[in-house]
Amino acid sequence: MDLFLQQVFNGIMFGSTYAIVALGLTLVMGILNIPNFAHGHLYMLGGYLLFFFASTIGLGYWLGMIVSVAAMGVVGVIMERIVYRPLNDQPHINAFIAAVGSLLFLESFALVVWGSQGLRIPNPHPQIIEIMGITMSIQRLLVIFGAIALILGLHLFMKKTILGITIEAVAQNREGAMLTGINVNRVSSMTFAISAGTAAVAASLLTPIFMLSPSMGAILGMKAFVIVILGGMGSIPGAIFGGFLLGLIEALGGGYISAAYKDVFAFGALILILSIKPTGLFGQKEV
Amino acid sequence: MFTKPIHTKLLYLAILAAALLLPWYVPDAYIFQIVTMSVLYAIAASGMNLILGFTGQVTLAHGAFFGMGAYGVAIMTKAGIVFWLALPVSALIAAFIGLLIGLPTLRTRGAYFAIVTLCFGVIVWIVSGNWIELTGGHNGIFGIPRPSPIPVPFFGQIEFFTQTGMYYLALAVLLLVLFALYRLVYSVFGLTFMAVRNNEPLADSVGINTYATKLVSFVAGCFIAGLAGGMYAAMMGAVSPSAAGYMLTFNFLIFVILGGMATLPGPVVGAFAIPVLMEFMQFLDDYRMLIFGALLIMVIIYFPMGLVGGLRRLNQKVAAWRQQKFPESDHASR
Repeated sequence: MDLFLQQVFNGIMFGSTYAIVALGLTLVMGILNIPNFAHGHLYMLGGYLLFFFASTIGLGYWLGMIVSVAAMGVVGVIMERIVYRPLNDQPHINAFIAAVGSLLFLESFALVVWGSQGLRIPNPHPQIIEIMGITMSIQRLLVIFGAIALILGLHLFMKKTILGITIEAVAQNREGAMLTGINVNRVSSMTFAISAGTAAVAASLLTPIFMLSPSMGAILGMKAFVIVILGGMGSIPGAIFGGFLLGLIEALGGGYISAAYKDVFAFGALILILSIKPTGLFGQKEV
Repeated sequence: MFTKPIHTKLLYLAILAAALLLPWYVPDAYIFQIVTMSVLYAIAASGMNLILGFTGQVTLAHGAFFGMGAYGVAIMTKAGIVFWLALPVSALIAAFIGLLIGLPTLRTRGAYFAIVTLCFGVIVWIVSGNWIELTGGHNGIFGIPRPSPIPVPFFGQIEFFTQTGMYYLALAVLLLVLFALYRLVYSVFGLTFMAVRNNEPLADSVGINTYATKLVSFVAGCFIAGLAGGMYAAMMGAVSPSAAGYMLTFNFLIFVILGGMATLPGPVVGAFAIPVLMEFMQFLDDYRMLIFGALLIMVIIYFPMGLVGGLRRLNQKVAAWRQQKFPESDHASR
């Protein structure tokens, strides 16, 4: 029973990270219809920027986190402007390939700057508490509550602010939004900034527990795709629900069936679901 | 497109002669090894180009099918099956798994297909690293025998124990694959591939079975990847999970895009030029992928047809300019 609860706790922790990363991805996919294959690598870069600001420069964990999230927002804007905007009018296939290009670029950028050795950000809250036989560190709890706070904040932003509503308008109908005078390019930039920023928040919360490595973004980015497709492209509740679900499946599958194959479950589930329903679980008909 | 001008034919002949004479002017064993690998990569990239360039389906599992061919030959030849049987059988296995995967996933479109194939590629990579009984886990399989000699009446036998023998084998397969692709792509059936790429609903409405077309293209591409992978195993004498990894897929993607998507020479040019360039850029070390990532983005934005496409456009411009300047000499030049 203790093992079960411990696995559930870990599953919720990973799930909350997956949920935030998938949220950022689903926003971009809903708006631009572009699979940003480099999204996981934005998460990776966010982790490294936290290391840079918090440890190398010495701003400390919390200030470093704020600066790295802001910096990632800028990275998102630059990425949209340089990589994706010129491809707006070209066939979609070109944007996928550009996404793979930016993925390779970001990964080797981290490799060149920080090396292939794993780096560690000192854990700011290493204290451990025990509740009902589950061991949990403060940092792990922080991941869960940080994620919940971010999700709530993002929800309020999307529903209550003008900018949030314009993002939704563009996602629903790009041409229609243009006709009502929304600057679609500016909205795209903003969405990329938010998307990259949320990836950086997820990285900032989780990386003090694990090691940083240039390749850590690849698998996470793909899992975010699995979640987004499960939950429906552009659907925010779908991304959150899918994230927690995947976290639990993995923790329990990894704990009880096979740790080496835990990633296979997630990707296998995706292939299975798309085989049965080619537009995803909640996906709308392709236009 | 069907009849090439004389100078293009001469260019192809010159390249063919250069390829056939290669062992004589590349004495350095290391460079020769790279060139031989390039031939294999050119085969695999040509297969990817059939799916990606001509049919417009972004497959990101090509490395996995290359790996299936490699592991197939490795396991079968270690079990005592002769290479000449193991190679076609492993390519057929790759094609069959391609069929099994293609059947459900080709119903998806665009981004979904790219993601689902990427996921499949990663699954194959993980399995090849963890299924220790079959694949030897992360260490892979060592000591794969070279192909057995082919006896030729009145002549002796063709041996493959030297690197040169393997080079000619790879080159022969590359030429065979290119010829098959040439006949396929420029046939009426091949035109349906491009119809599907350019406008799938329209292709559907003029009576093309788009699903079957995509499936044929995908399975053929996987077969070619398996063929290249099988020869890779025999040539290297060892396979490891990196021969089935998704980085390999991305390398093929770079070859196809930088060389020229949807052109037959494009992937071949890419597969030869880029590894050789990388060798010359050895001093740049980790910066190489940084440069190729940025190049991939720039090429897809500004020259979506890659190097070969760019050259063709230049060629057309020169031809148009000449026609304008010397309108009467146009027929003479052909």
